[in-house]
Amino acid sequence: MPASPPPPDDAPSAAPAALWAGLARHRPPGVDAVDRAWRSPVRGPWLTSVFGAVLLATLPLVIVTGLLDWIAYGPRLGQALPRDVGWLHPPVFDWPTRPAWLFRVTQGLHVTLGIMLVPVVLGKLWSVVPKLFDWPPARSAAQLLERLSLLLLVGGILFQTATGLLNIQYAYLFGFDFYTAHWYGAWIFTAALVVHVVIKLPRMVTALRGPGFARTPLERTRPEPADPDGLVARRPGPATMSRRGVLALVGGGALLLAALTVGQSVDALRRTALLLPRGRRIGDGPTGFPVNRSAAAAGVTPEQTGPGWRLTLRAGDRTVALDRARLLALAQHTAVLPVACVEGWSTTQTWTGVRLRDLADLVGPVDPTTARVRSLERAGLFREAVLHGGQVTDPDALLALRVNGVDLSLDHGYPARIIVPALPGVHCTKWVAEIAFDG
Amino acid sequence: MARFRRAYGAAPWHLLLLAGCFAVTGWIALRLAGGASAGRMLLWFLGAVIAHDLVLFPVYASLDRVLRGALGRGGVPSPLNHVRVPALGAGLLFLVYLPGILGLGDGTYLAATGLEPRVLLGRWLAVSGVLFGVSALLYAARRLAHRRRPSRPAG
Ligand code: HEM
Repeated sequence: MPASPPPPDDAPSAAPAALWAGLARHRPPGVDAVDRAWRSPVRGPWLTSVFGAVLLATLPLVIVTGLLDWIAYGPRLGQALPRDVGWLHPPVFDWPTRPAWLFRVTQGLHVTLGIMLVPVVLGKLWSVVPKLFDWPPARSAAQLLERLSLLLLVGGILFQTATGLLNIQYAYLFGFDFYTAHWYGAWIFTAALVVHVVIKLPRMVTALRGPGFARTPLERTRPEPADPDGLVARRPGPATMSRRGVLALVGGGALLLAALTVGQSVDALRRTALLLPRGRRIGDGPTGFPVNRSAAAAGVTPEQTGPGWRLTLRAGDRTVALDRARLLALAQHTAVLPVACVEGWSTTQTWTGVRLRDLADLVGPVDPTTARVRSLERAGLFREAVLHGGQVTDPDALLALRVNGVDLSLDHGYPARIIVPALPGVHCTKWVAEIAFDG
Repeated sequence: MARFRRAYGAAPWHLLLLAGCFAVTGWIALRLAGGASAGRMLLWFLGAVIAHDLVLFPVYASLDRVLRGALGRGGVPSPLNHVRVPALGAGLLFLVYLPGILGLGDGTYLAATGLEPRVLLGRWLAVSGVLFGVSALLYAARRLAHRRRPSRPAG
């Protein structure tokens, strides 16, 4: 028996008192049985707080890297998706080109951490699930509103995780625009998270300051004293797993997921991403690294990219057309750069081609402020991308013609593609037909 | 102040905070309402909660109850967690990598990767098999160690 009884949290029922008291009295059939069914002796403030602390430390990283992804698309150039978001957005800035691995790390972190948090979220929800079936559902207006916000919190994290996971596995089962849904879902979730943290932080700190259970073995695992939130089971059964066992299980799940996911972002480990699309190379040899959007899917044909292909450069009313031989005759520059997809996977390759700033010089502007790159693709969201001045003038910003010592393959953008340090892969336009500089 | 507390059930800042949260959500709902896919988004948002709270949780909790019934008192040391842990691992992998495991996503996978989608069911089964296998080996080792030290109290 706990030494001191829990503060009865239904005693000072708030007005309209009769309503809440009536609700409490009318117990629907089954709630008592459910109440008795909670048996786990490890549920309680301590375990919930440990999960909460882990999520508090990691979720902000997922949120911030997600928002950075939106900024990396270039909201100032009208390219962020969704485009028109009203006042609800983080401060925008021009996405830098250095460090070159910036986007690889931010987006890789977003997806990998998001995946690793799945077992932590499930563990957290398991630890508080009795509250869901609590009767009465609320004892005051304050509690009612708080519970509504929890619907947004739980719905938010599950929605973000589900849409994210389906997106990176190319199964768009949901049938709505991913960008819109994941963007607004993120804000709903973030707002609900802030509320939840502000309200619960003191509880969490208290629980973690109290006696810890991180070292308690199974034999000595006992329930915590009854708590005001009612997380501790009223009729606990014998322990079948210690709290540290539960934490090791959840942590082990996160590590298992990490081990099967990092191969998406680390070339040497590519094949360890056993269950993800980006654990596969598309072939052997220097152009066998993963492709995003094949030429066939983009509707780009070998005729368009054959000897008749020309690159058109424009600035103001000046126009220059170059075939591939003339491009190859210009000064060539080689750079080892990652190309990182918004879906979180990335790969480092050795790219060779003409510097974008050299191409700008051919038509005029000394200090181009933007470059609008058009692809041979006829349709699709990314047949056109705008680069800002810093992205055009970076010494490693290339119109790549070759990769790893051979010509680009058609699927990798032959005859020519954009490669710019830290630029999201979707804007590294393939099958380039035209570059229009402004400056 | 005390009257507010009594009527509402918490301090005023609590209400302000929640009002802010609902304002953001309401603004978003108004923005999205009327769009062709607004209903679907709502369905997925609420559906995710229902799928977790009223499907996934009851299913795994019931399976665990059955398992505890079957193995709870079996053997010393108990084999219970040697089944639970790999089962949860296999279930977690299934949940996260489900589209690949079941080969969902038809044309979009091919368009994005230039590769035919592969049903990864076999790989998932293999990884799950390894989890169960390692767990079984550990159990065998623990049992052996336990038999060698018969004087230890059961636990
Ligand atoms: C707490 C959970 C999460 C939050 C708050 C969050 C937030 C965000 C935000 C704000 C964006 C930018 C959206 C845009 O540009 O329109 C984003 C992008 C993205 N997120 Fe998440 N996210 C979460 C979880 C996840 C998870 C679990 C995954 C996948 C495993 C994921 C995958 C992605 C992907 C692939 C993108 C890039 C989409 C694109 O630009 O094409 N997210 N996320």
